[in-house]
Amino acid sequence: MHETKHNAAIAAPLKFYSAEEISQQGEVQRLYAARLKVHPRLIAGWFSNWRVVFVVLTQVIYFGVPWLSWNDRQAVLFDVASRKFYLFDLVFWPHDFIYLALLLIISALALFLFTAAAGRLWCGYACPQTVYTEIFVWIEQWVEGNRIQRIKLDQSPLTARKITLRATKHFLWGIFSLITGFTFVGYFTPIEALAADTLSLSLGGWATFWMLFYGFATYGNAGWLREQVCKYMCPYARFQSVMFDPDTLVVTYDAARGEPRGGRSRSADPAQLNLGSCIDCHICKHVCPVDIDIRDGLQYECIGCGACVDACDSVMDQMGYERGLIRYASENAVANKLSRLAMWARMFRPRILGYAFILGFLVFAVGYSLQHRPSFKVDVLRDRQALARELDDGYLENVYRLQLINIEEHDRRFTVDVQGLENARIAAEVEMPFEVAATGNRQVVVRVAAPADAVSKRSTPIELRVRADDDAAAISEPTVFLKPIN
Amino acid sequence: MSDFTSPFWHYYTAAIVIGGIVFMVWLVKSQSVRRTDPGKKAEVTGHKWDEDLEELNNPLPRWWIIFFYITIVFAVGYLALFPGLGAFQGWLGWSQVKQYEQEVAEANARYNPIFEKYLTQDVAAVAADTDAVRRGQSLFLNYCAQCHGADARGSKGFPNLTDHDWLYGGDPAAIKHSIMQGRQGMMPAMGKGFDAETLDNVTQYVLSLSGRPHDSAKAAGGKTTFSTSCAMCHGPGGEGNPFIGSANLTDKTWLHGSSVEAIQDVITNGRQSRMPAWQEMLGEGKIHVLAAYVYSLSAGGKQVATAPASEAAAAEPAAEENAGE
Repeated sequence: MHETKHNAAIAAPLKFYSAEEISQQGEVQRLYAARLKVHPRLIAGWFSNWRVVFVVLTQVIYFGVPWLSWNDRQAVLFDVASRKFYLFDLVFWPHDFIYLALLLIISALALFLFTAAAGRLWCGYACPQTVYTEIFVWIEQWVEGNRIQRIKLDQSPLTARKITLRATKHFLWGIFSLITGFTFVGYFTPIEALAADTLSLSLGGWATFWMLFYGFATYGNAGWLREQVCKYMCPYARFQSVMFDPDTLVVTYDAARGEPRGGRSRSADPAQLNLGSCIDCHICKHVCPVDIDIRDGLQYECIGCGACVDACDSVMDQMGYERGLIRYASENAVANKLSRLAMWARMFRPRILGYAFILGFLVFAVGYSLQHRPSFKVDVLRDRQALARELDDGYLENVYRLQLINIEEHDRRFTVDVQGLENARIAAEVEMPFEVAATGNRQVVVRVAAPADAVSKRSTPIELRVRADDDAAAISEPTVFLKPIN
Repeated sequence: MSDFTSPFWHYYTAAIVIGGIVFMVWLVKSQSVRRTDPGKKAEVTGHKWDEDLEELNNPLPRWWIIFFYITIVFAVGYLALFPGLGAFQGWLGWSQVKQYEQEVAEANARYNPIFEKYLTQDVAAVAADTDAVRRGQSLFLNYCAQCHGADARGSKGFPNLTDHDWLYGGDPAAIKHSIMQGRQGMMPAMGKGFDAETLDNVTQYVLSLSGRPHDSAKAAGGKTTFSTSCAMCHGPGGEGNPFIGSANLTDKTWLHGSSVEAIQDVITNGRQSRMPAWQEMLGEGKIHVLAAYVYSLSAGGKQVATAPASEAAAAEPAAEENAGE
């Protein structure tokens, strides 16, 4: 990966040193550079079509999901204020945080798997940064025209037409960004009420803030920062290269076939001119959203979108050459001239199989665990001040607080009994079975008493067993029954 | 200047902060350029690690450098507005204590009405309101359960609030007063005044008052001592006095234990009991609801259900038992 070419990109630097100073101190080189705006040329083709499919798919999911209903409520709602997180049939509580951790682990492993198999699939097709940049480029192209027209517009002086075009573009970007912001907030607060509030301009302060904040993030990232997010900010872009191996499929320029490059007429025979297949038309550069020349080899900026593959294929078709001068290929396949089949056969290498196995196992385990999640939760807190008290009838009494959480979305009744203490009796402050509201929690104080002479140990491990009226499963929480010293 | 023991520290920390900012300006400025011999390109940044590991010059975006300067400007603005520069408090006059007080005031403004709306009803009426009682219980578990227990049944030295037996009276007004103003219970230490025999006699007399097993001959001997030394507070018949909180010795409630040893200990060493005053901390609204909860425990006539635990478990079919494990 040669990166020195960037020195050429140094332009319009901040002026910290006068010419005089420079002549005195030798040459001052700036270690920063103004960004040159990238104007990717849009191209049609197999990979570009997939990119469109993923843009549509991700956006349909993102914009559509908050409007779905389930059990008479919003299907997906992260209710931070009451700390309940609804995901279709599941209701998560803060103590289910482990599932978020597992989801992140699964996502990371999936990223490893896809990266090892075919490079930056996530970056090229599904990452919001790519997807929104794509949408913004579509809007840009629709308003300002194609790549050449956009570059010309950039260079043209400020005219009424330029102002109109720019204003239209930013207006459309802004509207789209605000809709993404609105939808984002709709995941955290009921979206139908939010829509009504938005339309009647009666939004609360926080909803307004997050809508604008998220909208601004979309606008800034997809409108202005674009490839810079991938190049300078994204950690994944920086460490993904360690997941590559020689058999990873990456967008590759077949230098052996392409070089020496050079222009020629369509009718000319490249062999006679001593030329390779590359006609040096630069279309691969023009379509690149991160402004690299894939012919320089694999570079850290490449997000693996495959636009150059489509572009080059279209040129090869026009020239009447075989497709695939730029293609998804592994380092091994290019170096050893492996057949397509042989290259794909190497997908089944231990690294990929290992990732796939761990990923499959984790997905199964998490799914199983979700399926068998207890339908209620119990916490037992022993009263600390009143360790134990002696009752008139010769019994010893301990007091416990039960914190009961009903996960299910309907009211349920619970009973509690005590295990591990002979002749014990248990009483709650409320009549048993007691009710806990749908997805509610309740604190119940229970007293456990046992004949003083039957309690032999100073501390007897016991279990408080809670069961719901509609669930065969019981939950036993361990605690201790204390006996005073004298 | 209260943060510093001497004005020197004000100048010392301020100098470090200002020096730090100047250093940052110099650092960003010096590290964003590199001087080379004329005509030579800066291929590397000049940073070197592990003897020969060099960083290629991948120019940082210019706006990134500008952001470094913006953070420095932000720091200057922050130090002008907020405390941070030695003892200088900042132009906004912000402080943690002020913010805390403001947030408490906001929380009070938000939550107090929830409780204060009950002030229009008397305690007994509030005690009949299920919602209010549930709120009261939640307050009780937060502020009272530490001593009186989560079930309000107390423990040795801490009164049981559910047994209809009250040191200071169990009517709503008395309960509310106990919580608002607190109570200071004092049983003087009589140890020095009594010899062993007198102590034994008066103890037996006290036992006799509630009909517990006692030595009636000794008890008869203790009666005189009781009349002279104890009856002032506990009353001639030992039935106590709710106005000063002296205990009723004729019932079956024994706050500090009912054994001979326990009673002798109380007589000899006395007791200092304290119920803290909550008016400052909670405000009348919450205390009103709390009093209603406490009142509901004994006067509300709440029935407590009892489930025999082990028998119930044993009676259940084995299959269900297994499913539960």
